[in-house]
Amino acid sequence: MTDRALSVVRAGALTSVQDEGRHGHAHLGVPRSGALDLAASRLANRLVGNAPGAAVLETTLNGCAVRPRCAVTVAVTGAPCPVTVAGRPAAWGAPVRVPSGAVVEVGAATRGVRSYLAFAGGIAVEPVLGSRSTDLLSGLGPAPLRDAEVLPLGRPEGGHPYVDWAPAPGVPDQLVLRVRPGPRVDWFTPDAPGVLAAGHYRVSSASNRIGLRTEGPALRRASRRELPSEGMVLGAVQVPPDGRPVVFLADHPTTGGYPVIGVVPEPDLAAAAQAAPGTPLRFALAHWS
Amino acid sequence: MSTPRVLPVGEHALLVELPDGDAAGALHAELLRRRAAGTLPAVTEIVPAARTVLLDGVADPPSLAARLTTWEIPPLTEAAPETVDIPVRYDGPDLAAVAALWGVPEDAVAGIHSAAEFRVAFCGFAPGFAYLTGLGDRYATPRRDTPRTAVPAGSVGLAGPYTGVYPRSSPGGWQLIGSTDAALWDPHREPAALLTPGTRVRFVPRAPR
Repeated sequence: MTDRALSVVRAGALTSVQDEGRHGHAHLGVPRSGALDLAASRLANRLVGNAPGAAVLETTLNGCAVRPRCAVTVAVTGAPCPVTVAGRPAAWGAPVRVPSGAVVEVGAATRGVRSYLAFAGGIAVEPVLGSRSTDLLSGLGPAPLRDAEVLPLGRPEGGHPYVDWAPAPGVPDQLVLRVRPGPRVDWFTPDAPGVLAAGHYRVSSASNRIGLRTEGPALRRASRRELPSEGMVLGAVQVPPDGRPVVFLADHPTTGGYPVIGVVPEPDLAAAAQAAPGTPLRFALAHWS
Repeated sequence: MSTPRVLPVGEHALLVELPDGDAAGALHAELLRRRAAGTLPAVTEIVPAARTVLLDGVADPPSLAARLTTWEIPPLTEAAPETVDIPVRYDGPDLAAVAALWGVPEDAVAGIHSAAEFRVAFCGFAPGFAYLTGLGDRYATPRRDTPRTAVPAGSVGLAGPYTGVYPRSSPGGWQLIGSTDAALWDPHREPAALLTPGTRVRFVPRAPR
């Protein structure tokens, strides 16, 4: 049991391999993918001495458990959760040395949605178009984790962790997303931006890695015209026919035919990734340059 | 060519709207030429679509927007830089329905479709799924009323003004007129997609199996 690999003991509700994503292929219909809470995945990598773009595990709500077949340093960030190694409590948000064969258990998130588990050397599955990320929309990259599956680990780069412990932003009780209006704000009734800004929304349980879905006041279109397909960006607030805004996250489609009323800036999306269903959500219209 | 309309998309992107798909294709070709020549500011994505081109990962969108509107953009040339031939068996399950919609005999569909010169207007829906224009308004085809839950990989379909080839099995509502063995998507190939935006395409009839 000294090979650089880990076996999956408990895959959890949805655990996937994620890095910084697949960039530069949107014109071929390839979503960007990548960790939804990039700040958390980069911090986890920093804690184990990896480059920020090394592949980590992203869990969903109920964590996961893995058994490394070699001694390895790990770190858990993102949604706070209990962490144990071989049944004993271990630190969250700090490097933890795991002996060969010991089970690392990432428990259910006590707040937030997605925890990140980084290993020194990173998860070393074969990259597809320059990324190891699981893309749930188009099926590129490795499939979500399954029980008993074995994943290869890379060799540590010899880098020592830069920090022993790092503060991480807490998960807020209310999610506030800034929105810069455009490109299709003129497809909506004149009151729509005001409705979006004043509305008390909640995060819908239909949210996933493709988009943060919402429940709340509907935004009405000015006409029934059909919008020809056009390119979509991360953070786009797309409005389907039911009028409830959807905020595009990492696995979003590269083109779409519903109008985009505005765009949420990338730094706000880490909080969106941690907003559990039912979380109150407000949109703040912003006109920054 | 009329001045393109440039719409802001968040902090780091621009959506350039053009009068039609040919103008969008011409702008896309010009953007690729300028990028190859090193005269385009760094962008991470250039995504053409039905009548727009999205530029994402732009450091200074207002400056690029101002420059774009001053460009002289040559129309798309007829001379194809490269043409991809796709062998097709015209044996799709919707062949009779398409013939009826077009008002032609069923055995005329293959000849009409394979005589057209296609261009990849854009990709979307799935990796390597290309929206091909060239069939003309006369043969525009509505989608099926009820989409199929599984369309086999390699199926050649029609929807609106577009022809498309399914790179892999997926649900779909396009009217299927044929099938091909061509590998539309291969992540180990560069580029992974056989049909990239701007590529000229011909469909070459093969005997049905």
